[in-house]
Amino acid sequence: MKRLAAVLLALSALSAPAYAAKDSITLGMPLEPPVLDPTASAAAAVKEVTYGNIFQGLARITEKGEVAPLLAKSWAISPDGLTYSFALQTGVTFHDGALFDCSTVKFTYERAAGPDSTNSQKAFFEPISSIACPDPATAVITLKRPTGLFLNNMASGDAVMLSPASVAGDKTNPIGTGPFVFKRWIKGDRVELERNPHYWGTPVKLASATFRFISDPSAATAAILAGDLDAFPLFPSPESIDTLRKDPRFAVVIGTTQGKTIMSVNDARKPFDDVRVRRALAYAIDRNALIEALGGLGKPIGSHFIPGNPGYVDLVSTYPYDPEKAQKLLAEAGVKPGTEMTIKLPPPGYARRGGEVIAAMLEQVGLKVKLVPVEWAQWLDQVFKQSDFDLTIIAHVEPNDLEIYARDKYYFNYNNADYRALYHKFVETTDNAARLDLLGQLQRKLSEDEPNIFLFALPKVGVWNAKLTGLWHDQPIFANDLSNVAWSD
Amino acid sequence: MSGFLVRRLAGLALTLLAASLVVFLVLQVLPGDPASLMLDAQARPDTLAALRHQLGLDRPAWLRYVTWIGGLLTGDLGQSYTYSVPVAELVGERMMVTLPLAVLSIVLSTGIAIPVGVLGAARRGRPADTAAMGLSQFGMALPNFWLGILLILTFAVALPILPAGGFVGWDKGIWAGLRCLILPSLALALPQAAILSRITRSAVLETLGQDYVRTALSKGLSGQAALWRHAVPNALIPVVTVIGLQFSFLLAGTVIIENVFALPGLGRLVFQAISQRDLIVVQDLVVLLAGSVIVVNFLVDLSYRALDPRLSAQDGP
Repeated sequence: MKRLAAVLLALSALSAPAYAAKDSITLGMPLEPPVLDPTASAAAAVKEVTYGNIFQGLARITEKGEVAPLLAKSWAISPDGLTYSFALQTGVTFHDGALFDCSTVKFTYERAAGPDSTNSQKAFFEPISSIACPDPATAVITLKRPTGLFLNNMASGDAVMLSPASVAGDKTNPIGTGPFVFKRWIKGDRVELERNPHYWGTPVKLASATFRFISDPSAATAAILAGDLDAFPLFPSPESIDTLRKDPRFAVVIGTTQGKTIMSVNDARKPFDDVRVRRALAYAIDRNALIEALGGLGKPIGSHFIPGNPGYVDLVSTYPYDPEKAQKLLAEAGVKPGTEMTIKLPPPGYARRGGEVIAAMLEQVGLKVKLVPVEWAQWLDQVFKQSDFDLTIIAHVEPNDLEIYARDKYYFNYNNADYRALYHKFVETTDNAARLDLLGQLQRKLSEDEPNIFLFALPKVGVWNAKLTGLWHDQPIFANDLSNVAWSD
Repeated sequence: MSGFLVRRLAGLALTLLAASLVVFLVLQVLPGDPASLMLDAQARPDTLAALRHQLGLDRPAWLRYVTWIGGLLTGDLGQSYTYSVPVAELVGERMMVTLPLAVLSIVLSTGIAIPVGVLGAARRGRPADTAAMGLSQFGMALPNFWLGILLILTFAVALPILPAGGFVGWDKGIWAGLRCLILPSLALALPQAAILSRITRSAVLETLGQDYVRTALSKGLSGQAALWRHAVPNALIPVVTVIGLQFSFLLAGTVIIENVFALPGLGRLVFQAISQRDLIVVQDLVVLLAGSVIVVNFLVDLSYRALDPRLSAQDGP
């Protein structure tokens, strides 16, 4: 099959049509968004179509993961960290002509925090105590307590500005302030956007953009090879990467995501409530071999944190691969050889294929592993909701989510008072140097307790036409911000 | 004839009711909550409760069933949880892809299979027959998704004359829409044509050995005329039965091919609705597909009567 593909590829190079100057782009995505209102669904696909293109927030997240001004030109934070004054852009209109000003901010945030809100990140808005509009171009937001991540949260897709006039229809006919306007949606196949002629900022170079939904890996590869797609920013077929790399028509870009791939451990269940057992599991897994088996693209991690993020501490070598030490620790904890455990595996390849590799490694140290594949709905229900599992493999893709270890009730049942106290201190600290120091302490604490086995950072594999510029290489959040995308000739 | 119709309609209604009950009950016990799939795993309980209330999921199961069936009877298929649009609209859009795809595949597979099968029977044991049956053996062994990938690599990648997948919509013109369906319908039709040609061949072989064909030949009719006028029409009943079965299969079973070609059809909608627990869509689609299978079977039965007048005679006046 591979050879056939190579032969056909060579043939196709002969007949490749010359590209005329293009001002449109067709992008592939593995999953279709269920709706097009990013505040109405947690599905990453919604933000991948709309974030920064149709909808905009007060601030935005850049490719590097930093917070930058957008609908707010600038902001000032009071020394106590409780009052945020945003200076808003003026002359901004929604695609239907409705005006954007401070009342829009008030409407959007109060709606998201309200009792009927179905915003999946409602917690982002909970710290807000009041929103005042001293004049239309200024929004003053007062918080109940200092919240270090407030700006990050307000820059996310869950906090984009919505107009009261059009909010009811945003799920199927999204109307925002962004550089692209929604044109049409052929359900199951594509969403089409067009340049916004009345955009308040610098107009985009692309006249139109189409998102097509292709989940089958071979169909995705074929669509790229045939030139039906110009880009596939989250390419679903790692098997085809080598073929595509050899083809000068394409750029294959390996970047980073915020995905922490971990083997979650049910810390409330015996024998996993014993830290020695969890450390034994960590010693028993050869992370580099695992990454190699999954295509060799990820980077190993030693805590619940992504290399390259501000405050990162390298803890990869805390538990080096050492099966003998693992066996010794298991014996100390009273875990007999042949003890059975199950790993529940959700659909992604890192879990299904990774699970087989990990099972083989755990069997090397005398454990008996049963693999149970589950679909997403089952995973959410059994593992996530009911904590009915021993071990599972999962990528936590949300940025800045050290908070999950501080919760009273969370599916892996870490429940550690010291960590919780440390985290609360971190949340209430606004001084940057002190925050970074606390981030380091949090990572160290997790690495020491090893509530879950930290495996590797999920890579972002993007494939696109070599003549395209401006697409994101890294993926700090789920987004395909097309505002700087252009064809190079 | 009217007694026959009444019996069939009553059967249709009962089957649909049974199908609706079974699918509703199965979905009740299936693990997974549509609201928590729509929201993020991190959603807070009050957010979940608000969404469950909006979707009507907080009402008792029997009430949801009665509301659903009541809606179906008045032509209201309900509202999709995930897409937030009426299910009728979704199904209508998807039907515009799957129905033409199924019809095109049936036309192609019949158009290929019947001539090949008849030829095989008429030239039994000769090189043409051996070649045709060898090819059909090969065709039956081909998985349609593999054939689909092969067709894409040949006609979309190597010779870029057809799209590799996707569907542009009929509003871009009939030809633009058909272009998107050529490769998927070929991938579906070829393995089916292989089966159908073998069935045609053996059915025609059987009628060729019948007394009436011998009589026709002995009356001085040419071999060709006896074949087309007597042997083939009498061989059609098993062939039509298989075509009917294949059509039902095509309506419901295009999940894989629609994935390979990224086509927005019913098969992918079913697949997606199940994995996202869009329960109302799954319920509607199961009843709809069960209904269409029954209707196709009914049409096949009717065609038996057209092909073999003896069957209606049995029913009495």
